[in-house]
Amino acid sequence: MSYKIVRKEDLNPQVFLMEIEAPLVAKKAEPGQFVILRIDEFGERVPFTVSDFDREKGTVTIIIQAVGKTTKDLAAMKAGESILDFAGPLGMPTPLDHIKKVAIIGGGLGTAIAYPQAKKLKSLGADVTVITGFRNKELIILEDEMKAVSNKLIITTDDGSNGLQGFVTDRLKEEIEAGEKFDEVIAIGPLVMMRAVCRVTEQYNIPTTVSMNPVMIDGTGMCGGCRVIVGGETKFACVDGPDFDGHKIDWDAALKRSQMFKPYEKRSCEEGRCRITGKEHCNA
Amino acid sequence: MPNMSLTKNPMPAQAPDVRNKNFLEVATGYTEDMAVDEAQRCLNCKNRPCMTGCPVAVKIPEFLALVAERKFEEAYEKITETNALPAVCGRVCPQEKQCESKCVRGIKGEPVGIGRVERFVADYHLQHGKDKAVEVKKNGKSVAVVGSGPSGLTAAGDLVKMGYDVTIFEAFHTAGGVLMYGIPEFRLPKNIVQKEIDKLKSLGVKIETNTIIGKTLMVDELLEQFDAVFVGTGAGLPSFLRIEGEALNGVYSANEFLTRINLMKGYKFPEYDTPVYCGKNVAVFGGGNVAMDAARCAKRLGAENVYIVYRRGKEELPARKEEVEHAEEEGIQFKLLENPTKFIGDENGWLKGVELLSMELGEPDASGRRKPVEIKGSEHVLDIDTAVIAIGQTPNPLIKKTTEGLDTNAKGCIIADEKGATSKAYVYAGGDAVTGAATVILAMGAGKTAAAAIDEKLQNK
Repeated sequence: MSYKIVRKEDLNPQVFLMEIEAPLVAKKAEPGQFVILRIDEFGERVPFTVSDFDREKGTVTIIIQAVGKTTKDLAAMKAGESILDFAGPLGMPTPLDHIKKVAIIGGGLGTAIAYPQAKKLKSLGADVTVITGFRNKELIILEDEMKAVSNKLIITTDDGSNGLQGFVTDRLKEEIEAGEKFDEVIAIGPLVMMRAVCRVTEQYNIPTTVSMNPVMIDGTGMCGGCRVIVGGETKFACVDGPDFDGHKIDWDAALKRSQMFKPYEKRSCEEGRCRITGKEHCNA
Repeated sequence: MPNMSLTKNPMPAQAPDVRNKNFLEVATGYTEDMAVDEAQRCLNCKNRPCMTGCPVAVKIPEFLALVAERKFEEAYEKITETNALPAVCGRVCPQEKQCESKCVRGIKGEPVGIGRVERFVADYHLQHGKDKAVEVKKNGKSVAVVGSGPSGLTAAGDLVKMGYDVTIFEAFHTAGGVLMYGIPEFRLPKNIVQKEIDKLKSLGVKIETNTIIGKTLMVDELLEQFDAVFVGTGAGLPSFLRIEGEALNGVYSANEFLTRINLMKGYKFPEYDTPVYCGKNVAVFGGGNVAMDAARCAKRLGAENVYIVYRRGKEELPARKEEVEHAEEEGIQFKLLENPTKFIGDENGWLKGVELLSMELGEPDASGRRKPVEIKGSEHVLDIDTAVIAIGQTPNPLIKKTTEGLDTNAKGCIIADEKGATSKAYVYAGGDAVTGAATVILAMGAGKTAAAAIDEKLQNK
């Protein structure tokens, strides 16, 4: 069995979208859930959060940043080609039904994962404010898509190159200070960004959901590699999450754990040969 | 005239200081002459005590008699009348607790090396034999098997031979369950497992990988498409020690450590993309087969000191005897009667040591083994940079959580009667999913029993 890439689109120089044929996954997928894929026989199992799905077409969309071995290999693939394994949907869907007014925060690539949440909440009739942050204007993704599923879209850049300078936390604070009463904040992005958002929302007592994306292998509760400490208890991101109460996460432990395989990731990129292009390594 | 030697033909094996640096199979297997010589030690007892010790009732004296006559292919057919995975069983069954424990020759001297001869026969067939095309009349009924480990493969093999249309659903990208992700290459080569699986496929068993029942498809959806469902999902949920420092970098569950190595071939990184971190000083916690496997893997990955830390004594180690012996020969250090109390990390969140508490053995507990009791004030620190926790697994709750009417016990094990029937109509279960972590052969026995029960039920449907 293999899974065909039906569409591939570059969103910015590093980030691209892949729409993959996987009817059974598409049928069950909900916002917040993820898939695990393996490119070929030699590949590693890598989790990707579902960015969109089309139940009728039987496709699942994931958005990928070419940063490591597998993501660079994926970047070298084209529409029409297939990947060997694609399993899901895994994890628990984000509980969204109770939310009336929400701020959805997407940091960089996290915007891709925040998109299905915004889409679902908008369709449920919630008031949706989306705040997305990028390092610069060139890296902005999903602007039109987010506009279509939000009541208000704020895009901010670290360097101000899009005309609005600052972090997502600056924008969130402004909104709250301006009197917006969010019953929940959903923050998705790098660990440090999610932690920063939680520090803000703690001051205002706004419940905050974050999406954790630790290293994992099976995605079904078997390896325990994705351990996250939440409220002093060990949880598995794959089956108990990936969404958790951001105010209860042990961020220090999560940041340290995210470093465990960093030296290997570097080596894999430097010494591993791209099996798609056959090039020395995939710094394409 | 039987061979009256009091000892088994020794199993040829790679030398310990050679094999502890490679992942090739440790035991290299009997030659034809050794197998014949060993088979001739069987007295062919009329009441066949050995068979009572076999969960799948292999016709042991019959197959040994055929081996003694050098009729290796016929011996293979005799074994596979009741055992779908002889090359696997010959390698990983705890024979000393099963067939061989009942062997009359064991009263004075060593029992017949039944497992070793079984392995020889299976390997002989894989090399020289041809699978005969079996004509099975389809009965028009279908069964879904959830999980492709020992119980699922056995149930599937039996059911397809009875005429059922059988589809196995596997969550991973590769079929085989614990035979693929858990047991290392040097004890059970993956090409051997693959050949056994290919044989089932040639009989008509369909295998759908990447399909997580409870996520991708639900048991109730399977019941709409199939006449019955067999759940053989094993014990996939790792138990942790629940002590301080378990989230430190360098601390693994045995499942993660072994899956990285075996299923993902992390020992061949960077040829394979999945890395496996293994430091210089490794402690494995637990005393079962999984602990031995993890320790021996760590040694092969280049660790200088590998410790087995176990809270009871040597006699109480639940691992197969041969695995303990092999581990000792390979330089694994046993720290017995020691119990971890906390992991100690450095400022960057990496493991640097474990605090241990010494134990002594007290009165026998519910399991009949002497209960370890802490010696107060005996805390001491062992310097380690890698820890592997191998203290057991419990069944994965995915199916329990998503299947209405399927009862489980307090430990999360599916409740099934002696035939494998669960509380839900047309749903059967067996193996570790029912018993909690046990052995390959017990799971195979359960798969076999459930297949017969499913057949009985569906014939009367």
